[in-house]
Amino acid sequence: MMFGGVFFKQKSTPKYWAIGGLLLAIIANCIELVKQHSFFNIDIKNMLVFNNFNLIFIIVALVCTLLLFLLNGRDIEKVGNNISEYFALIFFVLCGIAIAATFNTLLTLFLGIEILSIPLYILTASDKRNLKSNEAALKYFLMGAFSTGIMLMGIAFLYGGNSVSPSFYIDNINIGAGKLPVMIAIGLVLILIAMAFKVSAVPFHFWAPDVYDGAPTVFTSFMATIVKAGGFIAFIRLFEHAFGTAQPQWQMLVALITAATLLVGNLTAVFQQSVKRMLAYSSIAQAGFMLLSIFAMNEFAKQGIILYAAAYSLATIGIFAILVKMNDYTIDGFNGLAKQQPVLAATITIFLLSLTGVPLTAGFLAKLYMLIGAVKDGHQNWLVILAVLCAAISAYYYFKIIQAIYFKESKAEITHNWDVTPAFKALLIITAALIIVLGLFPTLITDWLYYSRA
Amino acid sequence: MDQNISVTFPHALIFFPLLAGLITFLFKKDAAVKSWALLSSIITLCISLASIVYASNKALSGLAFNYEWLKYIGASFSVSLDGMGRVLTLLTAISFPIIFVATYTNTYKNANIFYGLMLLTQAGLMGVFLASDALLFYFFWELAIIPVYFLCSRWGGEKRIQATFKFFIYTFTGSLLMLVGIIYMYLQTAPVHDVAGTLVSEHSFALNYFYEAQLSQTQQNWLFWLFFIAFAVKMPVFPFHTWQPDTYEQSPTSVTMVLSGIMVKMGLFGVMRWLLPMFPLAVAKFDNIAIILSITGIVYASLIATKQDDLKRLVAYSSIAHIGLMSATIFATKQIGLEGVMIQMFNHGINIIGLWIVIDLIEKQLGVRKISQLSGVAHKAPILTILLVVIAFANIALPLTNAFVGEFMMFSGLFQFNTWYAVIALLSIILAAVYTLNMVQKVFYGETNALTATLKEITVSQQIALSIVVVAIFLTGIYPQPILNLTKDTVAALVTKFK
Repeated sequence: MMFGGVFFKQKSTPKYWAIGGLLLAIIANCIELVKQHSFFNIDIKNMLVFNNFNLIFIIVALVCTLLLFLLNGRDIEKVGNNISEYFALIFFVLCGIAIAATFNTLLTLFLGIEILSIPLYILTASDKRNLKSNEAALKYFLMGAFSTGIMLMGIAFLYGGNSVSPSFYIDNINIGAGKLPVMIAIGLVLILIAMAFKVSAVPFHFWAPDVYDGAPTVFTSFMATIVKAGGFIAFIRLFEHAFGTAQPQWQMLVALITAATLLVGNLTAVFQQSVKRMLAYSSIAQAGFMLLSIFAMNEFAKQGIILYAAAYSLATIGIFAILVKMNDYTIDGFNGLAKQQPVLAATITIFLLSLTGVPLTAGFLAKLYMLIGAVKDGHQNWLVILAVLCAAISAYYYFKIIQAIYFKESKAEITHNWDVTPAFKALLIITAALIIVLGLFPTLITDWLYYSRA
Repeated sequence: MDQNISVTFPHALIFFPLLAGLITFLFKKDAAVKSWALLSSIITLCISLASIVYASNKALSGLAFNYEWLKYIGASFSVSLDGMGRVLTLLTAISFPIIFVATYTNTYKNANIFYGLMLLTQAGLMGVFLASDALLFYFFWELAIIPVYFLCSRWGGEKRIQATFKFFIYTFTGSLLMLVGIIYMYLQTAPVHDVAGTLVSEHSFALNYFYEAQLSQTQQNWLFWLFFIAFAVKMPVFPFHTWQPDTYEQSPTSVTMVLSGIMVKMGLFGVMRWLLPMFPLAVAKFDNIAIILSITGIVYASLIATKQDDLKRLVAYSSIAHIGLMSATIFATKQIGLEGVMIQMFNHGINIIGLWIVIDLIEKQLGVRKISQLSGVAHKAPILTILLVVIAFANIALPLTNAFVGEFMMFSGLFQFNTWYAVIALLSIILAAVYTLNMVQKVFYGETNALTATLKEITVSQQIALSIVVVAIFLTGIYPQPILNLTKDTVAALVTKFK
């Protein structure tokens, strides 16, 4: 298993080793994807399964992390003294994501989710002298522990409830299309709740704004994007393989959660003054869109979630990267950015347009795939209308930032201490270019899924 | 060789302005930017004229181009140039040089960005009129808005940010509803097979697949409204029009020309290219509602226009009335009416740009555009006044002017559908005479006041721009046949859906 390589980087000199390690992992992944050839053949009793779907996702996650390191490596170093710890913890999380994306049994799923979560609690608290950071970490830890418990209980119910052939393997759970036995149904709902918690779906979202707001911004960037996307991959994989046959029975529940997530996320984001907090709510709103893929669970949804993960992560990481460099997190803080930093202003505009879902950006095609998936499913068309109306609401708050950047004058008293190197700008431009390239040629990513089918 | 040429026309119409716009961003000197923008817009006009001349000799099929873009979901970069497309691309191509010439003396901060965005808008508009793939159409539909959003918000009037934002949210919401409609239609289309017969994708976004999709009455009813709202916001039709006067007033005038001259045609075009042929059953069911909304808009906007003191708002409301008439005629779906709409779309674009140029000239010199503060302009600027009076006559649709032909045909179509609708809509002509002549009388005749006494005659470049408009008005007014010939086939194909 290739991710062994990632582990051992933890004690080395921080940033460059981390970047090197990531590059290695990305190259290894790509080779595996293209050549369909694995490096190690360890007998893992088929507990993890690698196919093109999750390999592509892992590449997306790794590339995004790489970009995060390159963009904000210096800011990670500024958070505290234990620099190498931070990088190591992020690698642990990545390992957790990889396991959660490739799991084939409920146990490995649980393992992946835990490996992913525990380092996050620490990262949230890493700004030790900041009271908000501590509070956020405690909240996150308590709520997280709670959801872990619920998930374990759900797994237990599923295992115990299956009296004929109890199995942890997701393909063997096979709960059938008929009416579910009570035990199985409880297990399903409990697991659904736990997963909804991990991806911050309403009504299990209360931790998200506080944690995203309290954590050091670089780590918020990581949590709100790559980790969340990882949660979704696990979510969709679990529900497709384990509960796919019973889709009609849980679909309504997922539809309601999706609708609530879209509404609450978008409506609350409208009223935020702090951009960081607004992005926290917008990440809930975006999660609502991603939940459409769980709701629909078809070819389009599966392609869409990969594309969505990439588009959303790239854009959000870009915005956070710029946010980290600013002293003032309010929307007014962005006033007149276009004059001071035209490159930052232009790239952040592309990121925001992508989040809004304007054509030519990856965000549009991601939303398009999601909507096609949901319409194709055809059971709940009101949900689709609600989703696009919410997308229109999201245009409102994303464009408020664009307005501040381009059309408002900055106040003299706010001076940003711009710590912006040419390399940083170049990377932002690359990120923005990636978004546009994906917006024109999403087939660069999605075609791989078709090859696996052929 | 022929094959190569035929491929390039629709392409060139989209990509030339796009490239030119991107290049414009790189310029530093304002003068260079202006010359480059003007030059490139004239080249685009030449391409457009060439495409029409070429098309008159060759079969229509030579003017389509198809590139598999997202193969597995059945979307392709396919553009084609039919009669309606030719008229509207010609309008787009002809408007931009006129706008650039007329506003040649205007100075803009960051002129390179301003003109760059203008040319990008042109590329987006061309794309809308040429796309024959629903996803591509949606792409350009949205892309035409984004540069306009930045143009208005950056260079507009005092309340520009709010006004433009309202405009953006309105159109964005409408477009998203249309997107749902497009997706639903897409899932009803037949599978696509390649030449060898293997399955390429299960559905297709291509226009002809959309036309051939089999839809029940209920499905059509739903889809009708999803598409109708998007187009109605853009036109704008009565209850969806509230963004329009504010945006026209607050935008820089050259952008207002684009908005009112060309962009509103996107809505009309959308109805004729997409809505009517796809949902004939729903149109037959809802035509009365759509026409009543349009006619309400005509009367309502005309009445408000008579009360306006601000010249820009007056023209804005007058435009709602004119567009309302076109929209009503479209939903009446009669041969002669639709032919009238085709020619009137072109004429309305020319006329309203002419009106905006005059208003811009006055405002630039005097700094005001209130009717109550202006008087006796004719004494100081006789040439301007002569040209303006011709344009004003065209706005009322007097004989010999271009609008007469169009409006006459449109009213004939509306009469065939329902006499009462036509009679009420005819009110708009009377009201148009009231507010237009009132404006001409108060602003241009009478004694000069302290303010207008300082007015100077317009410069040569401005005279040229206005003269082109006036020549176009008479030319299409006296000899409209070439434009009618261009669109005859498109209209005939459209009408057969409703027999």
